[in-house]
Amino acid sequence: MDFSAIVSDALRSGIGPIAAIYALAAMGLNLHFGYTGLLNFGQVGFMLVGGYGLAITVATYNGPMWLGVLGGIACAIVLALLLGLPTLRLRADYLAITTIAAGETLRLFYRSSWAEPVTGGVFGLQRFANDFYALNPIEPGTYGPWLVRFSSRDLWVMIVAWALVLVVGLLLALLIHSPWGRVIRSIREDEVAARSLGKNVYAYKMQSLVLGGVIGAVAGMMQAIQVQSVNPDNYDPGVTFFLYTLLVLGGAGRILGPVVGSILFWFVLSFLDSALRQAISAEYISPDLISTSEVGAVRFALVGIALILLVAFRPQGILGSRKEMLLSGR
Amino acid sequence: MRYQRMLVPALALLFVLVPAISARARGEAVPRGPTFGARALQALIDGIQFGVIIAITSVGLSLIFGTIHLINFAHGEFVTMGATFAFFLNVSAAGPGWHLIPAALAAVVFGALLGGAVDRGIWRPLRARGTGLINMFIVTIGLSLVLRHVVLVLYGTRPASYAQYDIQSTIDLGPAGITPRDLTVTLLAVLVLLGIAALLQKTRIGTAVRAVSANRDLAEASGIDVQRVVLFVWMLAGGLAALGGVFFGLVEIVTWDMGFKLLLLMFAGVILGGLGSAYGAMVGSLVIGVVAQMSTLWFPVDLQYAWALLVLILVLLVRPQGILGRAERVG
Repeated sequence: MDFSAIVSDALRSGIGPIAAIYALAAMGLNLHFGYTGLLNFGQVGFMLVGGYGLAITVATYNGPMWLGVLGGIACAIVLALLLGLPTLRLRADYLAITTIAAGETLRLFYRSSWAEPVTGGVFGLQRFANDFYALNPIEPGTYGPWLVRFSSRDLWVMIVAWALVLVVGLLLALLIHSPWGRVIRSIREDEVAARSLGKNVYAYKMQSLVLGGVIGAVAGMMQAIQVQSVNPDNYDPGVTFFLYTLLVLGGAGRILGPVVGSILFWFVLSFLDSALRQAISAEYISPDLISTSEVGAVRFALVGIALILLVAFRPQGILGSRKEMLLSGR
Repeated sequence: MRYQRMLVPALALLFVLVPAISARARGEAVPRGPTFGARALQALIDGIQFGVIIAITSVGLSLIFGTIHLINFAHGEFVTMGATFAFFLNVSAAGPGWHLIPAALAAVVFGALLGGAVDRGIWRPLRARGTGLINMFIVTIGLSLVLRHVVLVLYGTRPASYAQYDIQSTIDLGPAGITPRDLTVTLLAVLVLLGIAALLQKTRIGTAVRAVSANRDLAEASGIDVQRVVLFVWMLAGGLAALGGVFFGLVEIVTWDMGFKLLLLMFAGVILGGLGSAYGAMVGSLVIGVVAQMSTLWFPVDLQYAWALLVLILVLLVRPQGILGRAERVG
């Protein structure tokens, strides 16, 4: 077994563009779940409208990229309003069910033959981010120490994505420690108390849902840009589940929680993947037990086990405080 | 709020009229094929059949919610586990090759044991630790990931059918038709639903389940063993989910992610009927099944599940407590 390859795979994945994109999407989810106590199980839906907003504007209608970015953000705002208007006055469970259903409904609509002229149906859309790569100031080639090397293209996406993480993180930190943030957190702790102090809880929840959704949409755009393609099947509800996993891992209700969580999540996932494959090819694990094609499924089953154990034994994650994470349904 | 009462009939009318007019406009271009009435009847029959299968699986989901207020995101995986377990006994080369009927019964027992094991192994310790409800939701997500990918490893991605009752000729019912298999499944499902209703109304354990749903603390104070009731609900839910999985695999096909697709329709049915109400789940699921199938009369087939989910959002706008839910404060 080649341990240096395993470790370098894991490192590359832990600091790579995908980790940054998931960190960004989870920051939006953190605002919902960690700070406001909103159970959004459809963050992937916001990523979808963001990615498709950009892709459709550029690839289907030949529009400029900045318009696509605005379009994606506008779609996320509309989606948040559509989801929030009926459910935010109700118990937390209703938002949970509605968001997971809405995310899946969007995916079904975008992949349907009916929407194919605009969204490309099951084939999705490709090659719409050339303007983004045209801005790349880095000379072609590979960069990085030891085996952890990135192409100039990946490096450019990484720099932008991590910069966005930094900016959004600063913005959220300022917001959370402002009076607005105190109201948001008081809603999480005790909604009735916040309401009795004269706060319009519904409006605050809605603002949180919209803002977190927009952050999710920006993450979706970066994801679409990174692979230069959008495909409906990349937006299945599993993505939201992974976002929850890394959020709980890092610590919900902490600004750096999703960042630490995402880095660790992708590091561990990649490590497992690489290590399992090598163990199978070196026949430490019998191929009859797990074949290489099943490695993907096995590591996701392990993610599920990790999630159960985390919530059971360390619900506050790595950075969180236990007191803040003993939430109950409202 | 009076205008909201008008909203439902108005939307229902819109749902029927607009497409009907456009279908008539299109109808002139399409020369032959069954008449609209025949297609509507066929879709209604298919919808009822689909609806009762969803109902069987969603009753358990609703009972779990009623007793411990937990939304079980892993419920779809219970369905898949049941269907694939029966597949293993029935078809798989490594399995014993049983006939489908004993295989289905074994799958129901397996589902019940799985439900019981999950309650004893995960939920009960978590309840004892005082884990918050929201964290419990996340645990169900973890459980769903584990079960789904275990099925993926053991079963694979290839869709397959059971060995028996695969291809049948239809019985003509006037302009529409149904295969003996589908008719049997529908009737069996209705019988099972009636059985659950009788169980909830007539038996001691059923009364206890309803008591715990209505007011857990009061039920506990009047001497009901809540932990036992919860265990019973989990086993019942697991068994029903497995049965629904076998039925769905029989009339459609067995796949590794079939349960997750059904889960969203179950959610829609459960909310439509009223969260936590077993009878509401039955009625709501029936509506969802019919809506999903009837939508194919006017809209592309690949959108049929999406309409059912849109109905869910519309219902929340107008009547969040659902059709049969208690009109208590839900916010």
